[in-house]
Amino acid sequence: MAEIPIVLILVGLAAYTVLGGADFGAGLWELTARGERGSALRDHTHRSMAPVWEANHVWLIFVLVMAWTCYPEAFGSIASTLTIPLFVAGVGIILRGAAYALRAGTTTPREEGAISLLFALSSILTPFALGLVVGGIASGRVPVGNAQGDEITSWWNGTSLLIGVLAVATAAYLAAVYLAADARRIGSDDVAEAFRTRALVAGLVAGALAAAGPFILSSDAPDIYDGLTSGAGLVALLASGVAGVAALALVVTRRYGAARLVAAAAVAAIVAGWGLAQRPEILPGLTIDEAAASDTTITAVLIGFAVGLLILAPSLAYLFRLLLTGRFDPATAPQPGPAPADAAAAAADPTAHSSLRTTLITGAVTALGAGITFVSNGPLRSIGVALMLGGAFACFLAVASLDEADPPAVPFPTPER
Amino acid sequence: MPLDLIASAFGPVQQEYLLEARQMQAMSFVAHIPLVCFGVAFPALVVFAEWRHHRTGDPVYRTLARRWSKIMLALFAVGVVSGTILSFELGLLWPGFMATFGDVFGLGFTLEGFSFFIEAIFIAIYVYGWDRLPPRTHLLTGIPVIVSGITGSFFVIAVNAWMNNPSGFRMENGEAVDVDPWGALFGNSYLAHEMVHMYVAAYIVAGFLLGSIYGWQWLKGNRSRYVRTALTISLTAAAIAAPVQLIVGDWAARTVAKEQPIKLASFEDLQETTKGAPFDIPPGIEIPDMLSLLAFHDPNATVIGLDSVPPDDRPPVGIVRASFLTMVAIGSLLAALAAVFLYVRVRKRRLPESRWFWRAAIAAGPLSVVALIAGWVTTEVGRQPWVVYGVMRTEDAVTGAGGIPIGYATLAIVYAGVLAAVIWILRRLAARPLEEDAATTTGGSGHG
Ligand code: HDD
Ligand code: HEM
Ligand code: HEM
Repeated sequence: MAEIPIVLILVGLAAYTVLGGADFGAGLWELTARGERGSALRDHTHRSMAPVWEANHVWLIFVLVMAWTCYPEAFGSIASTLTIPLFVAGVGIILRGAAYALRAGTTTPREEGAISLLFALSSILTPFALGLVVGGIASGRVPVGNAQGDEITSWWNGTSLLIGVLAVATAAYLAAVYLAADARRIGSDDVAEAFRTRALVAGLVAGALAAAGPFILSSDAPDIYDGLTSGAGLVALLASGVAGVAALALVVTRRYGAARLVAAAAVAAIVAGWGLAQRPEILPGLTIDEAAASDTTITAVLIGFAVGLLILAPSLAYLFRLLLTGRFDPATAPQPGPAPADAAAAAADPTAHSSLRTTLITGAVTALGAGITFVSNGPLRSIGVALMLGGAFACFLAVASLDEADPPAVPFPTPER
Repeated sequence: MPLDLIASAFGPVQQEYLLEARQMQAMSFVAHIPLVCFGVAFPALVVFAEWRHHRTGDPVYRTLARRWSKIMLALFAVGVVSGTILSFELGLLWPGFMATFGDVFGLGFTLEGFSFFIEAIFIAIYVYGWDRLPPRTHLLTGIPVIVSGITGSFFVIAVNAWMNNPSGFRMENGEAVDVDPWGALFGNSYLAHEMVHMYVAAYIVAGFLLGSIYGWQWLKGNRSRYVRTALTISLTAAAIAAPVQLIVGDWAARTVAKEQPIKLASFEDLQETTKGAPFDIPPGIEIPDMLSLLAFHDPNATVIGLDSVPPDDRPPVGIVRASFLTMVAIGSLLAALAAVFLYVRVRKRRLPESRWFWRAAIAAGPLSVVALIAGWVTTEVGRQPWVVYGVMRTEDAVTGAGGIPIGYATLAIVYAGVLAAVIWILRRLAARPLEEDAATTTGGSGHG
């Protein structure tokens, strides 16, 4: 029981690395997209990422809330010791989100350039800082308790830096593969090639870093090193390596869709390896069992999770289906609105506007509900509140749908200002 | 590691900057909550506009819905990041609280996480799906956005209600044991009024703020159908919500009187327990028996005074009282303005014409934000010195880490920048020519 949530947390972490990571990487590539051609790359990046980044971001929230609900003491210890990188990641997230929103309003290339720089820098800063956090935990530098670890060396150390840089490189790689696939789908072959080159560069960098990893870990984090070089940990490590190489080979042969899946598997394998290597401890001296919340809480969370998943899975599938089948692409034929004939019929329909009678009735229901709410307690009050809110809703529909008295003096659309 | 050792690792720490930590938390809420009002209320208004388009075939509704949906997405993005900061801060500033009670209330946030997922997914489909999905389907994809906005705030409010009126666990050696997370979160007598009050507040804030923006254009002489329609929808929503809020506020006050008498006493700075307690309205008007009437609907009811608890257990009365009065005063003004609007709209079938009305309507947007913040200050500061009412003090929840003032200053600068950015983008979006959204089909890029 105590271990189920940590498995879900690691799954969430892997999903965030793959999906959220691609968002960060896309931001990073904006740095390399300068000039005339750069603007095509940036537009492409933006179009591909805009519909999904918010959903991808929620994986991080998921990891956080699962951690504090199911392993509260461990969460408190981590947050209070690794305060600085977590805070930096938070600031990076704000700047990124702001830059995203801002881009919609830019008009001149200079404005766009400035915003894109902000976006790129925050896209590098955030995964780097989150990688530092992971490194601090993995290298056993977070003692149990309120701010008991070193404020600086807990995250400024070989393991943290390794994972921080690796996180950025992986993000860049995943983004480039994804964007290449997306560009090819909409037929922008030169954009696809540009991202393929980037994917290969980033893939090689990430691979080199991963290969250097064991040397750094063996001196800086011997426990995790031992875990990763024996038993199940070793299997995971090797699997990750093989998948990483295979993914690169698939990029070389331009099979981007498959490359994405295999690269995701490489990430998932190394995250799993971390979990296996560190088991059974979550923090030094604190086992997963000891850290876990009570069974009632975990059961409740799992029930919530199962119900949530029932709604989430089809929704996510719908979003990605629309996206991957190109429904949001500029080239897709737009769906027409209601046909003009319909519009004329609708306008002539007398029931399209509400009547004074409906308005007064809904208003009276609201007032009755308000009266009951005001004078009563307990169950009767609940009835009052329900009447009041239901009445208010209906009243809004009625009042906002009343016909305007004078026929529109100014036709629509009107030139503004 | 034995359990009691773990618990004692989170014992009280020395934190010089507790006040700064509290202010940093407060600042982050002040950034998040007004945005959230748009997350809760705006989708409903946008979908309403689109539905009117389907119903009447009138293109003005479609233009409005498209234009608003883009603003909604931009505000949602900022709401997401400001909310993420709050999640980080719970751990960064209050690890003691999280370590001790994360397992009691965390379920609320887990469920909320799913609701955010749904909101993020469907808001993207809705906004990027204009012209790309069949019209009916498009309208329907707006519904999950509305619903998840409601459930998202519901789960967070459940946590806040629990902090104000904790139950569903027992304390033993500094550990919460016998935890019943469902009961703690959803079997709470605070949840209903807080939820309804906040939900109604969201419509007041979003409606009046939109009213401010378009009202400004109206005063400048722009009476186009676009502006009139925008004003009709947003002000109707706010005007129906505002009077309802008075009733809900009264319900909130009665519940507080029952469960948190010390908070209630600080609304009025009532020192001694009094039968038939009066209410003072600055400057110096005293209404006899009014507090008893307000809190218990009975002029002779006994109201518990602040001196029933040691001074250490009392909240900072000045702040609580000032914010409560501010909220009530603004709430009453808004309800009066709403009555004028509704009368003209229903009787004369048009928008009010008096310049005074529009000046007041422009002021109403910012004022409703003030009321919203004042309400939260009433609730949260009125809960002090407790983070979990009567169970854990805020000073025992705070982090032992250094550097809070630096974090606070950094975040303040960042948020000031974000505020400037939000204003800039909204102006830019508003300045776009309407034709861009009016066309039935946009051949070009489907994003904005
Ligand atoms: C636009 C916003 C707005 C307006 C006009 C009002 N309120 Fe409010 N009030 C809030 C927005 C708000 C809130 C959303 O900010 C709070 C904070 C916590 C909560 O549940 O709602 C709140 C809290 C709050 C509380 C504390 C509840 C608690 O601690 O659990 C009381 C007693 C009232 N309100 C009472 C009133 C009264 C009597 C009003 C009428 C005039 C009123 N409010 C108008
Ligand atoms: C769940 C919804 C919550 C809401 C809407 C909320 C809202 C607020 C607001 C608006 C303030 C500002 C008060 C001020 O201006 O001083 C505030 C303050 C504060 N909140 Fe909350 N809060 C919530 C949950 C939490 C949680 C989970 C914590 C965790 C410890 C918390 C702890 C505090 C503290 C310590 C302060 C500072 C109080 C002070 O300055 O005196 N709140 N909250
Ligand atoms: C302790 C307090 C709070 C925390 C930790 C918190 C956390 C968050 C997070 C992480 C997000 C981003 C979700 C995403 O990625 O989509 C968010 C957004 C949101 N929050 Fe909060 N929040 C808090 C208070 C509140 C309150 C008081 C409300 C409402 C009454 C609220 C309602 C929402 C809504 C509706 C959204 C969706 C985004 C939007 O519409 O702007 N939250 N919050």
